[in-house]
Amino acid sequence: MKDLSNRAKPTAKGNWIFFMAFVRKEFHHIFRDKMSMLILLVMPILMLILFGYALNTEVKNSKVAVYDPSQDEATRAIVEKLQVNDYFMLQRMLKSPEEVDQVFKSGEVAMVVVFSEHFYESLAHGGNAQIQLIADGTDPNTANTITTYASTIINNYQQELLKTGTIPYQITPEVKLLYNPSMVAAYNFVPGVMGMIILLICAMMTSVSIAREKENGTMEILLVSPMKPLYVILSKAVPYFFLSVVNLITILLISVFVMGVPVAGSLFWLIVLSLLYIFVSLALGLLISSVVNSQMAAMLISAMGLMMPVMILSGMLFPTENMPVALQAISDIIPARWYIIAVKKIMIKGLSVGAILTELAILGSMAIVLVTVSLRNFKTRLE
Amino acid sequence: MISKTQIPEDKVIVARDLTKKFGNFTAVDHLSFEVGKGEIFGFLGANGAGKTTAMRMLCGLSKQTSGEAWVAGYDIARETEKIKRCIGYMSQKFALYEDLKVWENIRLYAGIYGVPEKEIAGRTDDLLKRLGFEAEKQALVKSLPLGWKQKLAFSVAIFHEPKIVFLDEPTGGVDPAVRRQFWELIYQAADRGITVFVTTHYMDEAEYCNRVSIMVDGHIEALDTPNNLKQQLEAKNMDDVFHQLARKAKRTEQ
Amino acid sequence: MVIKYLIEKEFKQFGRNRFLSKLVFIFPFVMLSILPLAANFEVKDLNLAVIDNNHSSYSRRLVQKIAASRYFHLTGVPSSYRQALKNIEQDQSDMILEIPPSFEQDLIREKNARVMISANAVNGMKGGLGSAYLAGILAEYNAEIRQELLPSAVSSSQTGLEVSKLFRFNPLLEYKFMMVPAIMVMLITMICGFLPAFNIVSEKEAGTIEQMNVTPVSKFSLILSKLIPYWVVGFVVLTICFGVAWLFYGLWPKGSILTIYLFASVFVLAFSGLGLIVSNYAKTLQQAMFMVFFIVITFIFMSGLYTPVDNMPQWGQYISDISPLKYFLRVMRLVYLKGSSTADLIKPFLALCTFAVVFNAWAVLSYRKSQ
Repeated sequence: MKDLSNRAKPTAKGNWIFFMAFVRKEFHHIFRDKMSMLILLVMPILMLILFGYALNTEVKNSKVAVYDPSQDEATRAIVEKLQVNDYFMLQRMLKSPEEVDQVFKSGEVAMVVVFSEHFYESLAHGGNAQIQLIADGTDPNTANTITTYASTIINNYQQELLKTGTIPYQITPEVKLLYNPSMVAAYNFVPGVMGMIILLICAMMTSVSIAREKENGTMEILLVSPMKPLYVILSKAVPYFFLSVVNLITILLISVFVMGVPVAGSLFWLIVLSLLYIFVSLALGLLISSVVNSQMAAMLISAMGLMMPVMILSGMLFPTENMPVALQAISDIIPARWYIIAVKKIMIKGLSVGAILTELAILGSMAIVLVTVSLRNFKTRLE
Repeated sequence: MISKTQIPEDKVIVARDLTKKFGNFTAVDHLSFEVGKGEIFGFLGANGAGKTTAMRMLCGLSKQTSGEAWVAGYDIARETEKIKRCIGYMSQKFALYEDLKVWENIRLYAGIYGVPEKEIAGRTDDLLKRLGFEAEKQALVKSLPLGWKQKLAFSVAIFHEPKIVFLDEPTGGVDPAVRRQFWELIYQAADRGITVFVTTHYMDEAEYCNRVSIMVDGHIEALDTPNNLKQQLEAKNMDDVFHQLARKAKRTEQ
Repeated sequence: MVIKYLIEKEFKQFGRNRFLSKLVFIFPFVMLSILPLAANFEVKDLNLAVIDNNHSSYSRRLVQKIAASRYFHLTGVPSSYRQALKNIEQDQSDMILEIPPSFEQDLIREKNARVMISANAVNGMKGGLGSAYLAGILAEYNAEIRQELLPSAVSSSQTGLEVSKLFRFNPLLEYKFMMVPAIMVMLITMICGFLPAFNIVSEKEAGTIEQMNVTPVSKFSLILSKLIPYWVVGFVVLTICFGVAWLFYGLWPKGSILTIYLFASVFVLAFSGLGLIVSNYAKTLQQAMFMVFFIVITFIFMSGLYTPVDNMPQWGQYISDISPLKYFLRVMRLVYLKGSSTADLIKPFLALCTFAVVFNAWAVLSYRKSQ
């Protein structure tokens, strides 16, 4: 092996020229593949819109069936109250108890309301009137929500019946819903979708691109160039950084103007936060590419090894508080989790930068760790 | 339209004004030539001259923009699937499955081309003995040295004794001694009546062919036996012939 | 039987690819064992900060009652609303209950007291349900107080209405029953969507597809040879999933397991076909990967795996109608949890068959042996 230690070390300016040349090459690669570029710029937008609107735990228009053997003024009044309400849609009136079973199995309704016989009589004369709310428990969330709503509606009816507008000893709660008074689902999901999209695109793009060079064997050539390996790697990440920034801006624009999710706090710090997060995601991509040898492996790890945990454990869909401790620990090392928390603080809650210092620090240290480890992996490959 | 019966039996490849355009760019420009049975026909030219494009049209991998051609008597415009049954092919990338063993590759292609299953194992062993590869029978193709891969790919391409075998730059990247061994195999195939259509940019290999054509910028500048070409152009060797003709070239590899 | 040789080749290659064969079997195992533990929308263990400005026996009793409920944890007694709000900002509390200084007076003398409930509604459902639960406890407390102070009057004007709740198929409302089938569908989708497509495009890049194109092998045989191995892989993955679901969660299909296998086989065929269509149009591995990836993610989110299709806006529901996942998932949940009859299954089956035929026909037709 030739002794290269006597080579003249490139000057700072020389390094910079090399670096820019590499960056330019990367840009050319990307722009030449118009189809991929289109996908990378347009798909996140589509995903944001799709998921921001489609992911929804708010229950509306749940199909309900009623079995009413009494058919009196009380039952009719209750059924009408349910029908009138947005949450429910009366699908049909059942004629026999057997139909209850069938209507659940066919998945036609989410809930069946069953009245006892002689309902109004029992109600008015202090007897035992019963309403059974049978919900399809396959979706616990829906089941819980609609039975709670239905109970509330029925209890309100009960209060009306008492005709006591002035019940003595009344405690009245005033409820204030903070940050999101209309309970718009997008407020909760959009930050999560943002976090997921940015992480996946950055990690995926960078890792696949570097893996492609490895596969083609051109990586070795790059690493042997006069430029330090660190700069070679960084030069690959730079164009994707710019693409991600473009993505970030479009995502923010869409969130605010199309989906009506406001930026209640400082836009500046939101962008700083997002840039830091993009950097972490790119570093994650670097790490993945430093351990795989083929494009397909990079892609599969990004898709399956990253996407799945992020979707489920980052808090974007399911609240982390409910998870077992071990899973919460895993969630803590997912960058998306911290980003999503911070975005919610700034965008939805409208807090100042002081509130997200922890998250910034965590993301910052993640970036440093990821870059260091990737570099070490690349260096050992050289040796 | 000329029907199959009008093509003479011994002309295995006939091309008339074969043309391929990619948008405004004419890769292959009105090619006309014929190849006889058992010939070793060399298709020479610089990189980018259009050799591979022409070959791909003859194999049915690419549709011609205009012009006609018949391979093994079948029309490339309408009967490509019939053509494919009668030919063998070896591409620049060799296209053997690297993660399959030597005998597995042979078995796969033999089966595809309709060699009866009972015969495959026996003929495989014969082939490996002839090539001197017996010890490598169970080796993965990716572990073979380049020259061996080439010989193997060629042997696989003619395993089903096709009428014609198309070779696209089959000897890239190995030293002349190995290339000569490869051409031994080609001679053996030609002796058995297999027509060999080979593209190459190695001019010394032109000497091994019965006839060569030299493509420049998409059309044929010259077509004759190597000796005739050398005489006509007063050249010492095919390299010289080529340089004289290629000076006119405007295209180089993109 | 040319296709026999092609299938032999595919299986051998799959087996030799250490990474792939490990991924395909370990990944489902890991995912199914971990994810259902995480997937949980349940609203419980809410952190409640109480500001008691009254400090009377009545207010303390109320606070104790709330603390005893399984829905709430008292996270502290902040001295002011401002401080409590800071807790919510930092996600240390989910809700605030503020009891005014004149609570006892208002209740006993004026017979009408107010309290303030503030809830973090970034997660609308959590805020909504949480407030409802707190209001419910408040109403119970209210009824108790009223009973004590006006025993006779109350009982006569009390109506005898009893509302009970019953949850079919999942009496304890355990989320894992909903999640396990969903995760199984997701796993099969990913494996059967990604792998056949990546396989073909990798061969395109390696040049071995060209070698195949020059042989007399028909488009149909080629594509079938790509589909069949992953079809088999799909079955294996499904079986692993059944095993893990039973082992870790005690979940076994209530209906016929053969029904699920039947539907799975059609579904895998359909979705792999979709992946192959994409790979026919992609020129590089990278393009194919991105396209298939986005298609898979979109379908996963839009098919009711995590949030119900019924909650989506109308256009979202239309999109879900063209998702094979939606039908497969519905059948999975149906058979696993409800044990449904044949009549319920006919429509999804026809839908899946249509998808399978359309997608695969398109894949075969759009495959070009020559350019």
